Amino acid sequence: MRRRSAFLVTMLCFGFAFFYIPILSMMVYSFNASRLATVWGGFSTKWYVSLLTNRQILNAALLSLKIALLSATAATILGTMAGIALARFKRFRGRTLFAGLVTAPLVMPEVITGIASLMLFILMAEWIGWPASRGFTTVTLAHITFSMVFVTTIVHSRLSETDAAVEEAAMDLGSRPWQVMRDITLPIISPAILSGWLLAFTISLDDVVITNFTTGPGTTTLPILIWSKVKLGVTPDINALATITVCIVGTGVAIAGFILNRAEKRRDRDARMAYQANK
Amino acid sequence: MAGAHTDNALQRWFNRRGWINLTIAMPYVWLVLFFLLPFVIVIAMSFATRTPTAPPFSFGGEHPVLNTAHYARLVQDDLYIRAYLTSIVNAGFATLLCLLIGYPMALGLTRVTPAWRNVLLMLVILPFWTSFLLRVYAWMGLMGSNSWFNKLLTAGWNWLVPTDWALRSIPMMNTNFAVVLVMVYSYLPFMILPLYANLEKLDRTLDEASMDLGSRPFRVFLDITLPLSVPGIVAGGLLVFIPASGELIIPSLVGSSAQPMIGRVISDEFASARDWPMASAVSVALLLLLVVPMMLYTHYEGKAHEKRKEEA
Repeated sequence: MRRRSAFLVTMLCFGFAFFYIPILSMMVYSFNASRLATVWGGFSTKWYVSLLTNRQILNAALLSLKIALLSATAATILGTMAGIALARFKRFRGRTLFAGLVTAPLVMPEVITGIASLMLFILMAEWIGWPASRGFTTVTLAHITFSMVFVTTIVHSRLSETDAAVEEAAMDLGSRPWQVMRDITLPIISPAILSGWLLAFTISLDDVVITNFTTGPGTTTLPILIWSKVKLGVTPDINALATITVCIVGTGVAIAGFILNRAEKRRDRDARMAYQANK
Repeated sequence: MAGAHTDNALQRWFNRRGWINLTIAMPYVWLVLFFLLPFVIVIAMSFATRTPTAPPFSFGGEHPVLNTAHYARLVQDDLYIRAYLTSIVNAGFATLLCLLIGYPMALGLTRVTPAWRNVLLMLVILPFWTSFLLRVYAWMGLMGSNSWFNKLLTAGWNWLVPTDWALRSIPMMNTNFAVVLVMVYSYLPFMILPLYANLEKLDRTLDEASMDLGSRPFRVFLDITLPLSVPGIVAGGLLVFIPASGELIIPSLVGSSAQPMIGRVISDEFASARDWPMASAVSVALLLLLVVPMMLYTHYEGKAHEKRKEEA
């Protein structure tokens, strides 16, 4: 037993080194004074200064945030509806197709989704004149479509774990379907809806491929801007940008983890106390 | 709120069926319009003929209504077959390496104390929340011929081999090796998480029983842990293999342009060559060869799994 444990611990160390060395290296080189991004030329914070005064990057970041906020919210509404429909309405016409439609985008190669959406938007502009040109609208529509299915998956699995009996009881007692939804179903799945929104938000904020196909001139999101710079090679200001991103995300995840951990501990303690009080 | 006697027909409909119908119809219509319809267009487009007009295709007229020339080209031009093979080989290697690295890591995660486990799981998920593009970019910095990482590897290589094999730097960028390495890096969490979820649920008393009966730890692993974790291996493998085989960003940034992967071929046909019908035909073939078989497999495996559970 002990020898295998040593092996597993070694693999864990190796794995985490593999995960974090590239990121740490990138962070160190963001303080590199040299223009050659891979040769160390002394300590400097000039790339941060040039980054924070670069209007192009700031505008792109703002545009990405706007698209992510809009598309995550719409995707959460549509995705939650789809999740409820799949988990609670067992029989309706076209259910098999519907179930297929919410799983297919999860396994679809992004390139194919990208060119398919672009062809749709071009043909729509040709036939019905809307959306007239590609840009903010088309990118948001595409983001809603491929991020809503992630919300659906989360909401669906959360609802499948909970008993439908409470909802049925409320119906039997005379509640209208939408009242049941408002007073029972939505409160039960609110954590799933929140994590779905966060996931949709991150997916939208991070997307390159589908945005690259569905965007038009003048609509440059942050990933598209990074993509066009990175294609030409390693540049020091992207290192600085990456460092800022990792710090923001790291802090966010650490705080979320801390809060969740504390909530879990409190719940455990409450459960223990309730158990002892009942004894 | 209106009393029962003032309910009009619309409210009655809304309360009885309408609410449910709306909940189903809104996401349904959205997905049909923005997901299914585009794919119908892709399938139709793969039978169109390329023209120099805008949009660059036409059906009928002086061209055949159903033009199958693009599918013929898929088989005749070995560019496409090679690209499919490159994709499958790269994605296959990436999946295998993810399994070899991810399995011991997932198993290790089930053996540490709960406090450590929470921290380590967070560290597995953390890179997933940072930008995918920036993670690929981090490796571009490491693999370049002037980087400290490349110099370190080169020094190690030169120390290891006879002097006439010595290299000034190891050519890593723009090779399939780089593609596989970065894919493993990017998709490793997708392998670790389902494996961990599966291994965590295994009954440890089985291990202890077989140890008590005299099995050595490695045999316990081969006879008990490994067979029981097959569903986790399959789930993780699919989560890595499917996105890896259609990957566009990684091969575009660190891959070899002489041996492109299929994602890059589709993108180039569409954007650079403006050949919509050909790009569509390649896409349809990719879906039929890779995605559809795997969806069917997951579907039937899921059904079989539920059936076994019911029987047990």
